[in-house]
Formats: sequence, structure tokens, C-alpha cells
Amino acid sequence: MRKRSLAALGMTVAALLIAMPALAVEPSEMLKDPALEARARTLSRELRCVVCQNQSIDDSAAEVAHGMRVAVRERLVAGDSDAAVMAYMVARYGDYVLLEPPFKARTLVLWLGTPLVLVVAGLLLFFAARRRPVVPAAPPPLSDAEKERLQSLLKR
Amino acid sequence: MNSRALYLLPLLTLLIMAGFFGWSLMSGRDPASIGSVMVNRPAPPLNAPALRPGEPALTGDLLKTGKPVLLNFFASWCTPCLAEHPLMMRLREREGVTIIGIAWKNKPEEARAWLKKLGDPFAYAGTDFDGKLSLDWGLSGVPETYLIDANGVVRLHYHSPITERDLNETILPLLRAGK
Repeated sequence: MRKRSLAALGMTVAALLIAMPALAVEPSEMLKDPALEARARTLSRELRCVVCQNQSIDDSAAEVAHGMRVAVRERLVAGDSDAAVMAYMVARYGDYVLLEPPFKARTLVLWLGTPLVLVVAGLLLFFAARRRPVVPAAPPPLSDAEKERLQSLLKR
Repeated sequence: MNSRALYLLPLLTLLIMAGFFGWSLMSGRDPASIGSVMVNRPAPPLNAPALRPGEPALTGDLLKTGKPVLLNFFASWCTPCLAEHPLMMRLREREGVTIIGIAWKNKPEEARAWLKKLGDPFAYAGTDFDGKLSLDWGLSGVPETYLIDANGVVRLHYHSPITERDLNETILPLLRAGK
């Protein structure tokens, strides 16, 4: 019985090891130079797979993502800087290929819209709070009729 | 501000959103379209081995003949390519358009068999098995079609199979204007 449970444990561990997170990057694509490969992986995580809406080419198994990963590595091997590799991709696929949109006139609303709403809302809140007195004004004293009614209620 | 007027704010928000959604539906805006940076730029290089045996390899000179051409990327494994294939045949046979075909990530013998079975609309056919040529064209998949004008400048880039409507309303008028 004990042997059996040990075997089961072994099988479980083996299954977990085999089921490591699947990588989209295929072994045949990887560079031998670990430093270059690390740079390629970093760049790949910032490049959008153009047929997958919101997945980086590092995560995607699409045909075009494969081609783009290979191209990134080729540019790096050819001696391109990281910025040159990104420019190479933007020249072919446009800004859409960048997962982080660049800061330019067309994207001003995207970058500044939310902070602007926060600042405006904060200012409105600030002035609204200042206009309202912190201690509420004392209620007007009771009229004679009210005093009488109060007395009659308390006596009951 | 009058506190009564504040109650109209949700309604105003609703109106703005309804207006935006209505405009999105009516204007034909396609949120899935990723645009193309190729349009209005000189055509990228077009160096590819010939798909059909015995023919010379493709070069960029094919785009500078003084006549507009269509460039179509396809693959035998691609179903939308099958859907647009009759339109390609019509362009060649009835309209006399020069079409250059490039088989993308497709074994040449399979691409050739596909063309043999369905008909071959291509005046020139090349192969891009590893996808390197297509990367320079900003290709995202197949089928994609480019119109290159008489001066070798890209004028249209379709990220999808072309339709009868694209053909009649955009491609053919442009081709006729270019001749």
C-alpha cells in the first residue's frame, strides 16, 4: 500500500514537471548567445502579435509571431540596438505593433485624459468641500408651540 | 450648479454613449482594422524564387513597369484565399489585370497543386516559404492584397480577402484611373 502511494506521488510530481508552462518561443528560434537571447525575449514581450489583438509575440503561437521573433533575433545578431529593432518593426507594422503606445500628438488624450479627469475631479471636490461649513449651523431654537409639544411628549 | 440639473448628468452620459455607438455603427468604422503603414510608400523589395519551375525569380522590377499591378499573398492551406480566388480569376481573365502571387509559408508543390486545381490567376508567381519577404511588406497573414501604382508606390493594402464590393468600388476604379 505504501509503495503504491509513493508511486502515485512520483507520478504526480513527474506530471507536474512535464506540464511546465508551454512556451511559444520554439527551441529552434533561440539564439546560442544567452545575453542576445535575453534581449530578444525582452523585446518580444513589448511587441504585439498583429493578428492576436492583445498578445505579445513572445506569447503567441501564430505564424506571423514566429516570423517576427525570428526577425527580432536576426536584427540583434546583425548588431542592431534595441531601439533599432523596435523601429524596424514599426516601419513595417506601424505603432500598432508596440504594446505600449508612444507618446505623441495623436495619443495625447490616451496618455493625459485619465490624469486630467483625476485633477479636475479633485479640484471640484476641493472647492465643494471648502464652500460647505465644516460645523453645521446650530438649528433654530424651538418655538413656543414646539416646546409645549415636547413637554407633553416627555410627560407621557 | 442647481442640484436638480445634476440629475440630468446620467442621462447626458447615456446620450453621449448612444451617440458614439450610433456613429460607430453608421460610419462603417472597423475597430478590428489595424491600418497599414505601407500605403502611399514606395513598395518594399520583392525578391522571391519563382513558384512555377523554369520561370525567372521575381524582382522589384516587376513593380516598375509603368503599369499598376496587384500583389496577392496566398496559401493552399488558407480557406479565405479559396473564397477570394474566383475574384482573382475574374480580374485576370475579364479585366486583364497583372497579378503577382506569392505563396506564404506554403510548400511550393502544394501551392502549385492548388493553382492547378482551381486555375492560376497569376502573371508572376513567387514563393516565400520562411515569411521573410512578407515581413518587409508588413504582412500579418493570408490572404492580403496590395495595389501598386505605375510608379511603384503602394496605394491599397487589404488585410482580408477582397470582396466583390472592394473590387467594383475601389480596386477597379483605381486601376482604370492608373492606366
